[in-house]
Amino acid sequence: MNKKLWINVVMAVFVAGLFLTASCAKKTVVSDASTIEDQAGAEAAAQAAAEAEAQRKAEAERIRQQELEAQKTSEQALEQARQQAAKIRFLHKNIHFAFDSSELSSEAKDLLKQKAQWLKQNPNVSVTIQGHCDERGTIEYNLALGERRANAVENYLQDLGIGAFRLDTVSYGEERPLDPGQTEAAYAKNRRAQFVLK
Amino acid sequence: MVLLYEHTRLLQSTHHSGVHAGFSPDSCMVTPVNGQHGTRVVPVLCRYLILLLAVVFWQPTYSWAQSYDTINVSNPFLHKTPVAVTEFKALTGKQAEKDIGENARQILNEGLVFTGYLKLVNPDAFLANPAQTGIQLGQVNFRDWTGIGAELLITGGVETEPGQVKLKLRLFDTFNTKLLKGKIYTGPPDQIRRMIHLFCAEVSYALTGKWGVFNSKLCFVSVVNGNKEIFISDFDGHNPRQVTHHKSISLSPAWSSDGQWLAYVSYARGKPDIYIKHLAENRGTVINREGMNISPVWMPGQQKLAAALSFSGNQQIYLLTRNGEIIKKVTNSWGINVSPRFSPDGKKIAFVSNRSGTPQIYIKDLGTGETGRVTFQGRYNTSPAWSPDGKKMAYVGIEKNKIDIYVINLDSGPGMPVQLTRDQKDNEDPSWSPDGNLIVFTSNREANTPALYVMTAAGTDQRRLMHMKGRQTQPGWSGPMVHAD
Repeated sequence: MNKKLWINVVMAVFVAGLFLTASCAKKTVVSDASTIEDQAGAEAAAQAAAEAEAQRKAEAERIRQQELEAQKTSEQALEQARQQAAKIRFLHKNIHFAFDSSELSSEAKDLLKQKAQWLKQNPNVSVTIQGHCDERGTIEYNLALGERRANAVENYLQDLGIGAFRLDTVSYGEERPLDPGQTEAAYAKNRRAQFVLK
Repeated sequence: MVLLYEHTRLLQSTHHSGVHAGFSPDSCMVTPVNGQHGTRVVPVLCRYLILLLAVVFWQPTYSWAQSYDTINVSNPFLHKTPVAVTEFKALTGKQAEKDIGENARQILNEGLVFTGYLKLVNPDAFLANPAQTGIQLGQVNFRDWTGIGAELLITGGVETEPGQVKLKLRLFDTFNTKLLKGKIYTGPPDQIRRMIHLFCAEVSYALTGKWGVFNSKLCFVSVVNGNKEIFISDFDGHNPRQVTHHKSISLSPAWSSDGQWLAYVSYARGKPDIYIKHLAENRGTVINREGMNISPVWMPGQQKLAAALSFSGNQQIYLLTRNGEIIKKVTNSWGINVSPRFSPDGKKIAFVSNRSGTPQIYIKDLGTGETGRVTFQGRYNTSPAWSPDGKKMAYVGIEKNKIDIYVINLDSGPGMPVQLTRDQKDNEDPSWSPDGNLIVFTSNREANTPALYVMTAAGTDQRRLMHMKGRQTQPGWSGPMVHAD
C-alpha cells in the first residue's frame, strides 16, 4: 500500500513537472524570435565594442608610441646633454702646474685619464693642447716652459693610447692669462695646459 | 787724425739718413770752428778715466749676510760733471732765431742730462750772458763759469734763412779755457732735434772717447688694440714708429749690428715663429720650423743669428744664417735652453738654461765649446744682457717674489751680483746703450702698467723714457748707427 502511495506521489510530481515543462517549452518557442532579434543587436554591439576596443587599443598604442618617442627624445636629449657636459668638462677643466714646473701632478694625471676617456669616446675629435704660464718670470723662458707643459700633457695622453695625429701643441707663455690678477690664486689658475678643438 | 776720421763718419751718417732722418748732403755742413776741434783737455778726460777705472777695478767687499751690494759710490753717475748751457744768441737778431734757439737749448739740455754723467748748472746762478757778450772763444770770460762751478760751458748761436736754420755750437773746458769742440749745423727747421743730437754725440766723444747714445735707436713691443706689435724709436723714445701689423702676438725684437734688420717672434701664423725683416726694404724671412722658434739675436757684425728652436723635441740654441738655415747647434743639454746673447766680440754666447733644475745664466765659448755657469745666487735668473765692453752682464733675478735687475762682473771670476732696481715693483728686460753708460728696461712701477725706463749702468737716475698708449715691454738698444733708420 504504502508503496502504491509513494508511486502515485511520484507520478503526480512527474505529471506536474511535465506540465511545467510543457509550459516552459511553449514559452521558449515564443522567446525564440526575440532571441534572434537580440542576437543581431548583440552582434552589432559586439562589433561596435570591438571597434571601440580596437580604437582604444590603437589610441593606447599611439600614446604608448608617443610616450616611447618622448622617452626616446628625452633620453637622447639627456644623452646629448650628458655628452655636452662631458665636452665642456673636457674643454674647461685645465691641467694645473706648480711654479716653474712642467711636471704632471697626480691630480693632473687623473684628469688626463678622464680626458683620454673622452677622446676615446669621440674618435673623430682632434685637439690642440695650449701651454700657459703665470706672468712672473721672463717672456722667453715662459714660452719654453709653456711648451714643456703642453708636451708633458701630449706625451701622457699618447701613453694612454691617444693617437699622436689627433694631438697638437702650442705654447703661449705668459701671453694669455685666464685671470689678469696678481694674486697667488690668479697665478695658479694661469699656470695651465688648456684644450682647444681643432 | 782720429777726430778727423770720426768727422767723416758723422758726415756719412747724415748722408745715409736720407728722407727719414737727415739733411740732404748739400744742406749738411758740419765744419769745425776756429780749427781747435782737435784739442784735448787733460783734466776732464783724466777725471773721467779715473772714474771709469774706479768702476772697472773697484773690488767690492761683502759680508755673507748681505747678498747684494748697493750702488757703487765712486761712479761717474753720482759725481756728474756740471755743464752750463747758455741762452742761444740770435745771430741776426730775429725773434724766430730766439724762439728756435730756446727750443734747441731745451733739446740740448735734455740730451746732455740723458747721458747720465752730466748735470746742468742752474741758469739762475749764471754771472754772464754770452748771448749778448759773445759766444766765441775770446769773448767768454771763463772765470764767470769756473766761479759758479761749471766745468764745461756750451754756447749756441742761431741764424735763420728761408727754410734753413744754422746752429753754431761750442763746447768749452772752463778750467783750461779751451774750446773742445765747435760745430756749425745747417738744415731745415724740422731737423733741429737731429742737429742738436749730432752735437751731443760730439760732446760725448770729446769727453769720453765714445759717440754715446745719440746715434742709436730702440726697438720694443707695445700693445695696439689688444695685440702686441713691434715698434722702433729714437734713443730717447721720441718718434715711435710701428713696424709690424700682424694683429697677433709679436715679441722679442732684436737689432742687427748695422741697424738695418730686425728679428722678432710673431704668432701671425698661429704659433711662435721668427721673422727676419729688413726695415727699409720689403724683404725678409720667416723661420717656422715645427715647434717653437723664439728668442732671436744677431751676431755682432754678422748677418747671422742665434735662436732657440724646438723642432728636435728639445729646446736648443742654434746658430743660423739670415735665411734661417742651421749653421750649428750650440747647446745640447736636457731641458730649457733659451735667450741666447752674443758677447760683443761674437765669440761667446750667454743663454738661459734650467739644466741645473732652476733657470740660470750660462756662457758657452763658441771656440772651445766650454760652458760655464754665471749666476749662482737665487733660484731664477734670466734675460742676460752683455755690456758693450763685454766685462759685465745685466740680468733679471727673482728674489722673494720680487723681480729685479742685477749686474755681475764677468772678468774677475764669479763675482757678487749688484742689484740695480729695488722696491719699485717688477723690473725686467735690461738692454745696454751702445756706450755702456745706460740700461733701458721694463718696469710696471707706475699704475701697474709695463712701460720703458732708463737708468745709468750703476742703477742711478731711473726715469721713465716716454709716455705712449698701451703697454711697452722688451726694449732692445741698437748699436751706434751709421745708417739712421
